[in-house]
Amino acid sequence: MQDAFVAFDRVQKSYDGETLVVKDLNLHIGKGEFLTMLGPSGSGKTTCLMMLAGFETATHGEITLDGKPINNIPPHKRGIGMVFQNYALFPHMTVAENLAFPLEVRKIGKSEREEKVLRALDMVQMGDFGGRRPAQLSGGQQQRIALARALVFEPELVLMDEPLGALDKQLRETMQFEITNLAHRLGITVVYVTHDQTEALTMSDRVAVFDDGRIQQLAAPDTLYEEPQNSFVAQFIGENNTLSGRVTRIDGDICEVTLDDGEVIDAVPVNVSAVGDRTLVSIRPERVEMNKDRLAPDAHTLKAEVAEFIYMGDIYRTRLRVAGRDDFIVKTRNAPDQRRLKPGEQIEIGWRPQDCRALDA
Amino acid sequence: MTDAATGNIGRAAADARRAEAEQTGPVMAADGRPLKQSLNRALRAQKLRALALIAPLLLFLLVTFVAPIFDMLFRSVENQITSETLPRTVVALEDWDAQDLPSQDTFAALAYDFMEAAERRIHTRLGSRLNYETTGISSTFRRSGRGIDDLGETQAEQFIDLNPQWEDPAAWVALMAAPDWIAAQADWAARADAADAADRPFDEAEPAFRLAGGIAATLPETADAYRSFATTIQQEDEDSPTAEEPWNTVYLALYRDLLRQPAATIAAYDGPQAALVQEAAGVAAGFEATDLPAFFIDMDDGWGDLKTWETIQTFSDPYTAGYFLAALDLQLTPQGIEMQPEEQQIYLMLFWRTIVLSLTIMGLCVLLGYPIAYLLSNLPMRTSNLLLILVLLPFWTSLLVRTSAWKVLLQQQGVINDTLVWLGLVADDARLALINNQVGTVIAMTHILLPFMILPLYSVMKTIPPSYVRAAKSLGATNSTAFWRVYFPQSVPGIGAGCILVFILSIGYYITPELVGGRTGIFISNRIAFHISDSLNWGLAAALGSILLILVLALYWLYDRLVGIDNVKLG
Amino acid sequence: MKLKNLMLMTTATALAAPAAMAQDMADSMTLVSWGGAYQTSQVRAYSDPYTAMNPDVEIVWDESSPEAVARLRAMEEAGNITWDLVDVVGADAIRLCDEGLAMEVDHDEILAPAPDGTSASDDFGDLIVSDCFIPQIVYSTTAAYRTGVEAWEGRTPESICAIFDTENFPGTRTLERRPINNMEWALLCDGVAMEDLYDVLETEEGIDRAFAMLDTIKEDTIWWSAAAEPPQLLADGEAVIGTSYNGRWFSAIEEQDQPIAMLWDAQVFDLDGWIIPEGLPEERLNRVLDFVSFATDTQRLADQAAYISYGPARASSAPLVGNHADLGIPMGPHMPTDPANSERTILFNYEWWADYRDDLDARFQAWLAR
Repeated sequence: MQDAFVAFDRVQKSYDGETLVVKDLNLHIGKGEFLTMLGPSGSGKTTCLMMLAGFETATHGEITLDGKPINNIPPHKRGIGMVFQNYALFPHMTVAENLAFPLEVRKIGKSEREEKVLRALDMVQMGDFGGRRPAQLSGGQQQRIALARALVFEPELVLMDEPLGALDKQLRETMQFEITNLAHRLGITVVYVTHDQTEALTMSDRVAVFDDGRIQQLAAPDTLYEEPQNSFVAQFIGENNTLSGRVTRIDGDICEVTLDDGEVIDAVPVNVSAVGDRTLVSIRPERVEMNKDRLAPDAHTLKAEVAEFIYMGDIYRTRLRVAGRDDFIVKTRNAPDQRRLKPGEQIEIGWRPQDCRALDA
Repeated sequence: MTDAATGNIGRAAADARRAEAEQTGPVMAADGRPLKQSLNRALRAQKLRALALIAPLLLFLLVTFVAPIFDMLFRSVENQITSETLPRTVVALEDWDAQDLPSQDTFAALAYDFMEAAERRIHTRLGSRLNYETTGISSTFRRSGRGIDDLGETQAEQFIDLNPQWEDPAAWVALMAAPDWIAAQADWAARADAADAADRPFDEAEPAFRLAGGIAATLPETADAYRSFATTIQQEDEDSPTAEEPWNTVYLALYRDLLRQPAATIAAYDGPQAALVQEAAGVAAGFEATDLPAFFIDMDDGWGDLKTWETIQTFSDPYTAGYFLAALDLQLTPQGIEMQPEEQQIYLMLFWRTIVLSLTIMGLCVLLGYPIAYLLSNLPMRTSNLLLILVLLPFWTSLLVRTSAWKVLLQQQGVINDTLVWLGLVADDARLALINNQVGTVIAMTHILLPFMILPLYSVMKTIPPSYVRAAKSLGATNSTAFWRVYFPQSVPGIGAGCILVFILSIGYYITPELVGGRTGIFISNRIAFHISDSLNWGLAAALGSILLILVLALYWLYDRLVGIDNVKLG
Repeated sequence: MKLKNLMLMTTATALAAPAAMAQDMADSMTLVSWGGAYQTSQVRAYSDPYTAMNPDVEIVWDESSPEAVARLRAMEEAGNITWDLVDVVGADAIRLCDEGLAMEVDHDEILAPAPDGTSASDDFGDLIVSDCFIPQIVYSTTAAYRTGVEAWEGRTPESICAIFDTENFPGTRTLERRPINNMEWALLCDGVAMEDLYDVLETEEGIDRAFAMLDTIKEDTIWWSAAAEPPQLLADGEAVIGTSYNGRWFSAIEEQDQPIAMLWDAQVFDLDGWIIPEGLPEERLNRVLDFVSFATDTQRLADQAAYISYGPARASSAPLVGNHADLGIPMGPHMPTDPANSERTILFNYEWWADYRDDLDARFQAWLAR
């Protein structure tokens, strides 16, 4: 991307001089983009955020902001808004003082300051809370204030470090919606760190999946889900069934995999390169069909035994024994034509080869 | 929005409940009792258990902390010693106008009091007490204790010359003792002899002496003096009045009674030994008299000094403000409260110095301790634990060893001065005086008390997440703004706790100031220690201690008003 | 008196009196002293031989004499006297006696006579400053100076007044942080005759005169509170002249070989001795009386002088003083009572100080603090 607003260029980071926490990171973020760094803890995503904020320095490589290298700019001069995991609202200041803080240090006049603070509070629907102390607010309210504080000085880039981690599920969903809404309305660039894949999928324009100090895949949410580039991403994003086997034939955009129990299936070759490679075949649970009538003509079918049937309201979740594994999950919509299966029942399942991706082992 | 919504629902529900309660009166429990009552009953067991858990500590505190404090407060005003030692004199002095020496009667009262006090060996104790107020009384009392035996000897000899019966303890007992006591005593003596004969141990005390009914009306002073004699020898020496000749002062009392009582009263006496009494009454007027004031002044000049008598009079109340006044450089004179002479004023100055130096030490501890605590709280656990041990190291060395070390370092021929001279920073003949003055006290005490500042600071700083400073920086604050506006205010509770600890500890320190403070670096506590262990003026020590306590409480209150006591955190 | 009673009872009830006495003695006792070399001298001269004679007796030493007065009062208030015999200075003995905390004793009755038959009270003479006090040693507070001080240009202090002579003997002084002795020396050096000291000191003008004299060296003086300080200060060169107890100087000069010399002029004699706490139970009292009679006999007092340079309080002990037990030097010339050392001495006036101490102390501390 030529017009990258934020760019990581071959960035490496090591704390102890022995191991790299971030390995050769290249990442370009466009202006106005909502980018999420997703990954398990210890994957390097927070370190990247801290390097961008200026609290950590890159061991090697360059980070640029709006075309200018920022490696040597101290955090307070970067003009980046930031929302912290535990909000980091200053407990000894009132809400209004917290919001006025970034304006004060920027030497903005009192009347303008007050006006901006009010506007920011209104923006997060907390107009009446200016005089309260952070300790007197609920978690959700503190979250809003933290957001308002990060936005009040009108930064073009806002970093958010697992900002919704401490909230309950319902509140989190509301806030996810509000944050994305606000970000799009204000046209700011957001770099968002989370380990919650649902959050990443629902909020972001693009998601960078981190593992082991590297970006495993950088893509829009739907691409990420539908077309994981490797087995880590496939496993990490959403629920996933894997069957291990060996590639026995590659034929353009279709390959033949012989599973460990001898069953032969077709799959889309994603990152298998040669015949004989070991592979993990990935199939999403909702793409598996148990109703013979609805199977596509080219579908591959397999025998399976029901191990467990779980009723979850909107869907049924069935655990099956398939090809020597007993953790094969199938999700079916709670529809009138779906039968409730009993453990021990022998059934036949099937899927389209396009939904079946042969990934690295 | 969700928050607000739930809040509203909650409030509505509460309103509804309240409305319900208003309609039906007090809420009842299932068994029909008022709910409050049931709740209290349910909680009582819990409270009792909680009380039982803290009871040992509570008791311990009461015994070792609260009780001594009250004892100290009490000592600082208690002054029963005068009225207990000289009861008759104190009464006789009540109306004394302090213009001339007191009357013969007052001297007589003093004679009886003093004789008993001297036999009980408590006169010198009162002398020491009154010597705090007026110099010289101590030796007056001590000397008089030696001479008081002889007072009344002239009279005794004359009575005995008149009739040898006056020398006989039994004759006196017959005259003075209640008949039932005489009987009880005889019984006791018989049992004692029997036990003795049988070689059995016998440790029963003689029955306590009782005065005969009518004698006090006839011979009031004699009866009083004899009772004093009898009970004193019984209690102090385990002697019996039946075996001991009365003190000379008893004869003095008899002489005075015979002269002063109306002849008719004496004549009307028809109790035991009436003949003996009336015989003496007939001739007593011709006996050689004793000039009591002259006798006392002869024993010690102090009795001729109005100041001695004024002091006794002024300090005769069972409670006195004298110690507190002395502790504030004031004194109680018959003319009222006055400042002490300027050359004796010391305590106010010492209180002031103690506070100023303690504040200085506190300030230095903050300045030195803050960066260390900051460093400790930002280091990895392992390193910071190691450094923390170094911080605590002073606690493990004895105070005297540390203080001696300071001497070696700080004295004029010491390490620091030698180094400075060697570096050429200080001339050899102008070495710095770093010890035996206030500088020494401040340096040594800052060193000793520094851990008390570092520990609360460290534990408070440990709880300040680094994200606050990061947040401030991300919001555009420079390092120093982030520190002063965000970090520092949050560490204030630690500073508060450290300051209170250091200040209160330093205000009560005395060993270190004593050893390194020289003449200008000692604290009020040094005087308290002096009065406890050296001058034995515990009343003054208690008053000084109480004032110190009040001072600390006042400063605590001030701190609460200025900073807020909930703004103190030990971690 | 209880004691008399006790004696009477013993004679009256028990025919085999000596045997009964021996049976009634406690077999342990707690002695209180000052610690250090002084206490060691007592252990070696008194308690070691005593336990050799009475192997069943356990003697516990306590080093609490510096706070004996306060501790005894606290014990009395608590009604539990745990000490049996306490070593105190004369002034404290008077105080304890005044407070009724020490037992009055009849010296002739409880102490051994001199070998030539002189009664104990005559042998101790004037040193019995209180009815409760059983004298043990005479020590003195005296001056000493650092030898070879360059600024003195070869002059040597001859009299106590060198302390006040900052012109001829410049340098830091060290004096005790209390009025006792300092007031006397100040007046003496201001021209008051030795015999008039206390009369002058009793007047307002006299006190002012003494303070005026002390004023001249106030700033040049390190005021000590522990007697171990002055020898150390002189040894370190922190001070050039000062006062302390003669035994402390002795150990600095003879045992540690420091460049210090004694200035015996106008030394102030003071006393140290035993008191028996008031209110001891009979058995313990018997044991203490037995011990104290032994420990203060003529030979024992002379023996103590072999370990420390303090003079025995009995006149009859003086001729028996021999050599230092470890150094082997004759101890006579190091005794404060040696004629060569006591040409000019001040007799510490206990009675006077008992009266004036509190008052003058307050004034002295106020003066120091200003």
